[in-house]
Amino acid sequence: MNETALLIAAALASGTPLVLAGLGLLLNEKAGVLNLGAEGMMLVAAIAGFAAAFHTGEAAVGFVAGAAAGAGMAAVFGLLVIWLNTNQYATGLALSLFGTGFSAFVGVSMVGKKLADQTPNAVPLLADIPFVGPAFFQLHPMVYAAMALAAVMAWFLYRSRTGLVLRAVGESPAAAHALGYPVRRIRFMAVLVGGALCGVAGAFLSVVYAPLWVQGLVAGRGWIALALTAFATWRPARVLLGAYLFGGVTMMQFALQSAGVQIPSQLLAMLPYLATIVVLVLISRNPVWIRVNMPASLGKPFHPGG
Amino acid sequence: MNKRSLFKAGLAAAALAAFSLTAFAAEPLKAAWVYVGPVGDAGWTYAHDLGRKAVEKKFGAKVKTTYVENVPEGADAERVIRDLAAQGNKIIFATSFGFMEPMLRVAQEFPDVKFEHATGYKTAPNMRIYDASFYQDTYMAGIIAAQMSKTGTLGFVGSFPIPEVLRNINGFTLGAQTVNPNIKVKVVWVNTWFDPPKESEAAQSLINAGADVLLQNTDSSAVLQTAEKNGKYAFGWDSDMSAFAKKAHLGSAIANWGPYYERAIGDMLNGTWKTTRTVLGVPDGVNDLIKISPAVPAATKAQVEKVKAGLKAGKFEVFTGPIVTNEGKEVLAKGKTADQAWKDGVNFYVKGVEGKIPSGN
Amino acid sequence: MLRLEPRPQPSQWMSWVSPLLALAFTVLLASLLFIALGKDPLAGLAVFFVEPLRGLRPVSELLLKATPLMLCALGLAACYRANIWNIGAEGQFLLGAITGGGVALWLTMHNLGSQTLMPFQSPEPLGPRGLYAPVVLLAGALGGALWAAIVAWLRDKFNANEILVSLMLVYVAQQLLNYLVFGPWKDPQGYNFPQTKTFDISTWLPVLLPSTRLHWGFIVAVVAVLAFWLFLSKSWRGYQLQVGGLAPAAARYAGFSSRSTLWTALLLSGAMAGLAGAMEVAGPVRQLTPHLSTGYGFAAIIGCFVGRLHPVGIVFSSLLLSMLLIGGELSQSRLGLPNALTSVFQGALLFLLLACDTLINYRVRWAGRRGGQKKEANDESRGAQA
Repeated sequence: MNETALLIAAALASGTPLVLAGLGLLLNEKAGVLNLGAEGMMLVAAIAGFAAAFHTGEAAVGFVAGAAAGAGMAAVFGLLVIWLNTNQYATGLALSLFGTGFSAFVGVSMVGKKLADQTPNAVPLLADIPFVGPAFFQLHPMVYAAMALAAVMAWFLYRSRTGLVLRAVGESPAAAHALGYPVRRIRFMAVLVGGALCGVAGAFLSVVYAPLWVQGLVAGRGWIALALTAFATWRPARVLLGAYLFGGVTMMQFALQSAGVQIPSQLLAMLPYLATIVVLVLISRNPVWIRVNMPASLGKPFHPGG
Repeated sequence: MNKRSLFKAGLAAAALAAFSLTAFAAEPLKAAWVYVGPVGDAGWTYAHDLGRKAVEKKFGAKVKTTYVENVPEGADAERVIRDLAAQGNKIIFATSFGFMEPMLRVAQEFPDVKFEHATGYKTAPNMRIYDASFYQDTYMAGIIAAQMSKTGTLGFVGSFPIPEVLRNINGFTLGAQTVNPNIKVKVVWVNTWFDPPKESEAAQSLINAGADVLLQNTDSSAVLQTAEKNGKYAFGWDSDMSAFAKKAHLGSAIANWGPYYERAIGDMLNGTWKTTRTVLGVPDGVNDLIKISPAVPAATKAQVEKVKAGLKAGKFEVFTGPIVTNEGKEVLAKGKTADQAWKDGVNFYVKGVEGKIPSGN
Repeated sequence: MLRLEPRPQPSQWMSWVSPLLALAFTVLLASLLFIALGKDPLAGLAVFFVEPLRGLRPVSELLLKATPLMLCALGLAACYRANIWNIGAEGQFLLGAITGGGVALWLTMHNLGSQTLMPFQSPEPLGPRGLYAPVVLLAGALGGALWAAIVAWLRDKFNANEILVSLMLVYVAQQLLNYLVFGPWKDPQGYNFPQTKTFDISTWLPVLLPSTRLHWGFIVAVVAVLAFWLFLSKSWRGYQLQVGGLAPAAARYAGFSSRSTLWTALLLSGAMAGLAGAMEVAGPVRQLTPHLSTGYGFAAIIGCFVGRLHPVGIVFSSLLLSMLLIGGELSQSRLGLPNALTSVFQGALLFLLLACDTLINYRVRWAGRRGGQKKEANDESRGAQA
């Protein structure tokens, strides 16, 4: 009973960086831009966030610094793919490569440093409810912020005018351009916000979740976040679902091990990835969903004159 | 064939030339290290690099050290090691198991260069091996862990089920049993040496399952910090990690490679280098459990000190019979102490560890 | 302000000048970086662009490193030309290493080789020994193709996004390899370390140049480049691969099936990556360990685009990438530069290459007035029908 509650809490915390980065990438992709540089952006943001939190002693400053670093990395990417029409796949990969090296290079002095102790988190009153409290109400505020962000993102994309324009740009940049919308500027903004959210995710890992800086801290989570957008068929609510599922299965395989289940751990370690594929297949079986939700111009450059 | 002998003659001439040069000017000895991780990992590679720095400090202008970090354990390692040998490094250290086969191949090509490999088992006339005994650290950690545990359940975050890590788990368990014969040890494998968030998750799941003192064989301080967050206890690994967790830190199981590296360079400078296998541990000042927390009772500290003294004097062996696996098989008879071959072949959990080794066959 | 203007025709001249321009920029940037770090810029550049080419041995290492990159990138080019976004070449590479290595191990264990005879046992070779290495390579290609077939099948049958599936299967392949080398395929005399027996010499790829590690796999890769080039430019299916991807509607109109394009492209790229994986284990490594790939599958994606999805371009880009990787090792041992700097440097070079490539399709113009679009605040119903 209590173990289940703790498992739920751990899954929610584990999924949070994936939610943040996944939502950021989703916004990118809804505008028709695919950024494979998530891993690099998260790494640079993780070191920036950690350094800021270390020097100021404030986690919040760490988050801001992470967001700024993520947006800065995204700006480089955006300049190349949006204004110079470079290939999005290759540019994103280059960004990942660059970010991996750059974060390691500037982070040397931060290795082995420790942040101020965190205060335990509890939502007043609710945290004391048996089972429900430990499962849902003793988590870092950023966990709830990520959930709220999913709701805001859904509202923005499907209910606000700016969101509608952004989706139009992702569907048919030529048509949006013909109607007089500044396609490239809209895409650039989406890329910046997406980068900032990946940045918050990176800072969450180094400032709250680990909490430490070491080279290569993000360890592939940027790629997982990228996979989540497709998994969620570009719907914000499903990003939440996918991220928590991934976090849950990850925690589940450790829980199975500590319970002494006799399955080789290497096979258990495949579980989160296999589970993601299975759920994706279940979701994708309905072709209408995909057609309705996948941005039609994803990954294609747009040039107003051409 | 002909070409080869010509090549060898050329090498000999070059060696001769080099030798005659040294007669005029004392060239520094060139030594190189090949690392599997970044020196900024705060763990395994970082500890080896501290050893390299100790060499620089001790020998000053007599040695010139270089290192290559982040070398993958595949086809690339052979190229890196060969290049270092070709550049005139006279002694090369490779600090990960996966470098063994590549190093062996290069060693056959450069008979006048000395090669040193950490954690492996193959040697050659110009290649020797060295290793630490972390299980001595984990045995002492086990004594403290059992004393501090309220639940009677300890947790271990394992990297990969190789003999070294299994020895460490077993040592931890045997140490704990000297305090509490009924202690239980739960193991979670993360299948990586180094992924701090994942290490945290594994630590969290052990805590959720009732473990209240943790030890890890992974390279970051994440497990320790997770224990701190949950108000439980844990240990540092590879280097002193007491700064990371004021309350949770019970001690740090360290490897201090400096003494061995200084010895190896000394052998080179004195011309006494010969191939051997060196297993280092507490007696050599390589392994130690340091910075034991003030929260640990004095009697327990005394017990640890006694073990340490026994190890130093060569009077105590961690793996002393009777040792029974958790499947009930006796692997070491009563009164017997384990020899090196026994330790090399550890592929079981001792009684008290829960579960089964992943794909241990 | 500067403005890009599309050229009516991609510039042939520029497609040659652009990489040189990028290289010049990179050299400039690198020199500045070296100066900032207090190193001699000329020595620094020499480590990256001269050292890897000095002598037979360095060149052989360069070609050895480029071989798997070339194969993986070729296969990926087939996919990307057909708009199929396989980013899981890394997993297909690993599967090829597993199946190829598995066959080599089986041949070794069944003492069909030349050195593993037990007393009182006479060898019973299965056919001529010279076939062992090709059989290992074939097994690798099949293994890689199988892994890619999963992606193709899920995409074909359930419409599952191939980016996600191929990426997830990378992690699964790595854990499968871990499971095998820690478990059933572990060398019984290997002190429980995660590795298989060293394969018998009869299963190794023959070396191409004596006293180097360069093996016949390189020749196979070169043949693959030529074959792919012919396939693209001269064959009906190659044409289909281009048409089927680039304009699905046009392809359907011409009676092509996008299904067969999907399967062909994925199977081909899986086979190529698997072949590269088998070469790695039958060539330089000669056993299975958990650390077989150093990200060839991901590096190949970059190589593929830098080579402009063209076989000849891919040869050059693979060589360039290998040069940077080897230069990164050398810069540590020669100049004491940190490894991290190499990635920064590689990332920057790729950015510049990609940016310079823009000039092939666009020309830069000075625009006197602000060349933006007129912003019209139209009524909201326009352009916003989702």
